[in-house]
Amino acid sequence: MGYEELLIETAKADERIVVMTAENRALVRTLPKILGNRFVDTGITEQTMVGMAAGLALRGRKPIIHALAPFLTMRAFEFIRTDIGIAHLPVKLSGYIPGFLSDGNGPTHQSIEDVSIMRGIPGMEVYCPADEDDLLRMLPGIWASESPSYTRINHKKGIYTHRDYDPGRAEVISEGSDCTLLVYGFLFGNALLAKELLEQRGLSVGLVNMRSLKPVDEACILRCAQSGGRIFIIEDHLQTGGLYSIVAETFLKHRVSAEVVSLGLKERWFKAGMLNEVLETEGFTPERLAETIAGDLAELL
Amino acid sequence: MDKNETGRGISTETSSPEALKSIALKVREHIIRLSAGGGCFIGASLSCVEIMVYLYAEFLRPGKERGGNPAGVDEKSISRRKNPGRDYLFLSKGHDVPALYGTLVEMGWLDKDRLKNHLSTRDSIYWHPNTNIPGVEFHSGSLGHLPAVASGVALDCRIGGGDNRVVVITGDGELNEGSVWETLLVANAYGLDNLTLVVDRNQFQANIRTEELVPLEPLEDKFRAFGCAVRRIDGHDFEALGAAFEELPMQKGKVNIIIADTVRGRGLPSIEARADRWFCAFSDAEIRELLEELHGNVHARIESETLVVR
Repeated sequence: MGYEELLIETAKADERIVVMTAENRALVRTLPKILGNRFVDTGITEQTMVGMAAGLALRGRKPIIHALAPFLTMRAFEFIRTDIGIAHLPVKLSGYIPGFLSDGNGPTHQSIEDVSIMRGIPGMEVYCPADEDDLLRMLPGIWASESPSYTRINHKKGIYTHRDYDPGRAEVISEGSDCTLLVYGFLFGNALLAKELLEQRGLSVGLVNMRSLKPVDEACILRCAQSGGRIFIIEDHLQTGGLYSIVAETFLKHRVSAEVVSLGLKERWFKAGMLNEVLETEGFTPERLAETIAGDLAELL
Repeated sequence: MDKNETGRGISTETSSPEALKSIALKVREHIIRLSAGGGCFIGASLSCVEIMVYLYAEFLRPGKERGGNPAGVDEKSISRRKNPGRDYLFLSKGHDVPALYGTLVEMGWLDKDRLKNHLSTRDSIYWHPNTNIPGVEFHSGSLGHLPAVASGVALDCRIGGGDNRVVVITGDGELNEGSVWETLLVANAYGLDNLTLVVDRNQFQANIRTEELVPLEPLEDKFRAFGCAVRRIDGHDFEALGAAFEELPMQKGKVNIIIADTVRGRGLPSIEARADRWFCAFSDAEIRELLEELHGNVHARIESETLVVR
């Protein structure tokens, strides 16, 4: 089963669901025939799609809406905030090719501020599944809720079999005394491989798949601070407003101090190209991540 | 409040133009009073009184499931599905909400005393519509949103096979917003002839005549080019409003556009059709004179400064 099959199954079981897209059909290719008039493609009109989704939700529907992550969250931002957010309507946003997954498209298509702006909307939930397995475990709960939510969609197959999703809770892969890696979304796989490389060097490494960034698992973040090691935050998102900010806010709120290093995007868009080249250039391959983290820890000694 | 005892409520009978004019006069009195103190967007409110009174008193039908009103009064937004057969009115040019408050009071759905709470944080009677007001389907204030929201409602009515009619009141200045036109393309693609946009064509946007800033005319041609069926009427004439709305849908599969030619500040010659009298905050003495002027007794002496609030 993949994203599309789960969507079909869910929509067949629940008449309230209407599937919408702003002419991005990659995730919903077979839906038109299967759902009939409960499939609505509005064309390249993110604002209208979001406004119409609010109208459908007013009538009791639960729209699951699709567009490329940058255009969904930014072109239609005020419609999301004003029509879905203020009314707190159960509209489910699926953002396609977030972060590094926009690979060769260039900065126009780079959604690296989506977490920041979506979590800034009161009542909006923000989810970042690691891979297809994680996505399929998380989506039923995300779609069942009556709150609006934004999901960074990564439907690529991963290298890890996740545990079932406990709403709002992070998935702790391992605990470590030298360092802990906090990661979400697509970069989870590379963080997992980086952890293995670091362990080969004799380091004790914690790894957490954050899964839900709003609500965020504060208790988990606080436990990471208590584990004693340095915390590395790995994200294909600008430092501003992403997980780095979330962790900082959590520590401030609970008056906790910890050593935190941001491995995110710093005040610039990333170089576009084939995904593997992007990861190499930007320093997010498993090897480059392990190198950066080991180097940083070595400075401590 | 029981609408049957204290207000007009929804009637299946057609009212005479005289009866509607009498309601409109009372609505204008409410609007004038709301321009005291902190003030309100009086000019754009006075221009759409007849449109609003006509729609609530004559056009909108209650849900079939229960003898309710068209706007799901007493129900909060999400639970409004309880009355799915009703017609819908969306006020997209939200700053003319004083006309809506006045109309809802005259319909008996909004307690008249609540108007005294205008701009008090203890109530929700402020400069833009919100769903804490019984009768308001959806909040507005940011222009160019409700054509899309209403299209979603119209689409759901179509999916469900309902015969609901969905009406949106837009401003003419609001037509600057590209989202209005984007939505018309989509709504026509889906053949939403159960959707009607009424344009309150009062010739002004906030601080300036529309034709002096971003010209809209020829407006009928623009809407037709976007695939709509269009009719242009005198927006202060109840018979013209009745004739236009009774023929809906104008053409199968096309969004209906009714361009209602109106006058900003209608009913008060001392502020009519003036670019500098969009938002007004009048003194109590001026309010008394304006009420007299509304009834044709005197020409009000207005000394309050003109305000450029946006």
